[in-house]
Amino acid sequence: MKSYALSHLKELEAESIYVLREVAAQFERPALLFSGGKDSIVVSHLARKAFSPAKIPFPLLHIDTGHNFPETLEYRDAWAEKIGAKVIVRYVQDSIDKGRAVEEKGYNASRNALQTVTLLDAIEELKLDCAIGGARRDEEKARAKERFFSHRDEFGQWDPKNQRPELWNIFNGKKNMGEHFRVFPISNWTEMDVWQYILAENIPLPSLYFSHKRKVFQRDGQWLADFDFMMKKPTEVVEERIIRFRTIGDITCTGAVESTAATLEEVVQEVAASRTTERGTRADDKRSEAAMEDRKKQGYF
Amino acid sequence: MNPEQNNYLNMDLLRFTTAGSVDDGKSTLIGRLLYDSKSIFEDQYEAVKATSEKRGEEYVNLALLTDGLRAEREQGITIDVAYRYFATPKRKFIIADTPGHIQYTRNMVTGASTANLAIILIDARKGIIEQTMRHTFIASLLRIPHIVVCINKMDLVEYREEVFNTIKSEYEAFASKLDAIDIQFVPISALLGDNVVDRSTNMNWYNGPTLLHVLENVHISSDHNHIDARFPVQYVIRPMSTEHHDYRGFAGRVAGGIFRAGDKVTVLPSGFNSTVKSVDVFEGTIEDAYAPMSVTLTLNDEIDISRGDMIVKDNNQPESTQDIDLMVCWFNSRPLQLNGKYAIRHTTRDARCVIKEVVYKMDINTLHRNEEDKNIQMNDIGRVRLRTTVPLFIDSYKKNRITGSIILIDEATNETVGAGMII
Repeated sequence: MKSYALSHLKELEAESIYVLREVAAQFERPALLFSGGKDSIVVSHLARKAFSPAKIPFPLLHIDTGHNFPETLEYRDAWAEKIGAKVIVRYVQDSIDKGRAVEEKGYNASRNALQTVTLLDAIEELKLDCAIGGARRDEEKARAKERFFSHRDEFGQWDPKNQRPELWNIFNGKKNMGEHFRVFPISNWTEMDVWQYILAENIPLPSLYFSHKRKVFQRDGQWLADFDFMMKKPTEVVEERIIRFRTIGDITCTGAVESTAATLEEVVQEVAASRTTERGTRADDKRSEAAMEDRKKQGYF
Repeated sequence: MNPEQNNYLNMDLLRFTTAGSVDDGKSTLIGRLLYDSKSIFEDQYEAVKATSEKRGEEYVNLALLTDGLRAEREQGITIDVAYRYFATPKRKFIIADTPGHIQYTRNMVTGASTANLAIILIDARKGIIEQTMRHTFIASLLRIPHIVVCINKMDLVEYREEVFNTIKSEYEAFASKLDAIDIQFVPISALLGDNVVDRSTNMNWYNGPTLLHVLENVHISSDHNHIDARFPVQYVIRPMSTEHHDYRGFAGRVAGGIFRAGDKVTVLPSGFNSTVKSVDVFEGTIEDAYAPMSVTLTLNDEIDISRGDMIVKDNNQPESTQDIDLMVCWFNSRPLQLNGKYAIRHTTRDARCVIKEVVYKMDINTLHRNEEDKNIQMNDIGRVRLRTTVPLFIDSYKKNRITGSIILIDEATNETVGAGMII
């Protein structure tokens, strides 16, 4: 007899597609926040599936810090063309030039936090009522309580104490003028699920995720890529290593791991055997124990 | 693909909920499950160990693994639903971790709404208390198909069998008043790990499975309704391209039953009949669709169909009605207003409604039906009758959790103020 049961990946896929279709049905001007990282790639792949054979009914929005890996930008344009999606780019540099954001100083200076300013400006400029993100609840403590449909007030802020209850699969996207929603279709996926799905679906990824030779230096126990704008302390020595990235974000705060995993299969095996979380390679979460919660309240992704 | 990966692709998914108060060891139990099943990463464990040492605690406090928001860390309590993830070689698990105190009934209801299984924790020293009944009632009301009663802190009662047996029979007597549910009992110590993941050597009198064994093996594939075909239309797909010039697909998630090409269907509310032309997904046309799959149906006739309509089988239709009886749980600090108007959402269908009658308020600690005090406030549960502006296509919640549930939305604030289970 046929068994009417779905594997967990198929069930997660069905849930995410359902969420994306709810977005298209409930909002007038949504956009998918695209960073070129594997999570936003998976979300855009799911969006392609959700509306097939029609095109994705919303654009990809990329907030470019100006400190992106060239490989990320190359990938972004190729992928968007492949899935037939429109890309909108807004630059943190523009926000700095206009005086809306102030560059951080010092060795750990990063434009990661400044993205929030550019993002909120973009949401206002493009009159977006929903920004779809690739955040997952397993990533970080503060995200464990995030809803699929997360309400943001007119200042773009998240109020963790006053979240709307979310029952069954009924999502309430009603809002007042000026407010918007963040929607997270892959909330229930873990890092392992994402990798397994990429493998099962054979989704192309930026080359940064695979083992390669790169000039790096060590800081606080992790490898950072060497670029002109990276300020190095006198003790920090640049050397060539065989590395890969587990997450892809702004160059200033994305740490690499030493790895020889060169294929998707090898990467998945490495992730399965790994003993630290992927956020362990992100400097932006290490600043304080409640760092993520603070950034989210201000309107971070 | 190697066998290990293949295995991973064939795993299924169990969603379970835990409810508990500050002291009954719920966070410790979850921490123990995550830690003993090797789902904790080194950096997470190190952070928790450091905090425990800073506080001068004797054991590594596994409860800290699951305390999310800063306010909770400061007050040492869990105040919202938090979702946790772990996997064993057999299954992937999603835990809806909810606070257990009565003022958080709404959070428990939220966590229970998507669960296949509930863990009820009982302190072996205290036995059955008010909150045990409350959690069991909520699990029964939300129709969680399986309950595992964990009798915890067995180490503090010298692992005595009679303590376990007494609590078990008291619980069975109480639960017999509720709708029949699959119930299992496991004696554990979350702090020391007895019978959580590893079998205890301190309770040789217990021959049953460990908690993790129950979680890995409980039969869940029949938890969806595969009999009564229901397809709420979510979104209409019209590519408007030369390649797919005439394509009109009805996208949605199957809420019940099985849909195949050739099936005779009726579209509600119009009542027009047609047959299913194809069941489509991105990869192409598939043979059949069942809950909880997201698919796109095409029909053989051109019928005007939009979001909020429902595709059902000719010979098996839901009730189409404007008068609905339901059990409602209230979420908002502003109490439910008799004769008040609310927006209502049922599957993908939106309407407005008016509260016609509050039949009774439930005392969820004693299961007493209070017909005197009908003021439904935040965290209260009561039986309500309402009338909608347009017909909804409903089943009882007992028959189908998706087509049997609704939410109420305050039209002034847009907040979700209530959740209802149709009787």
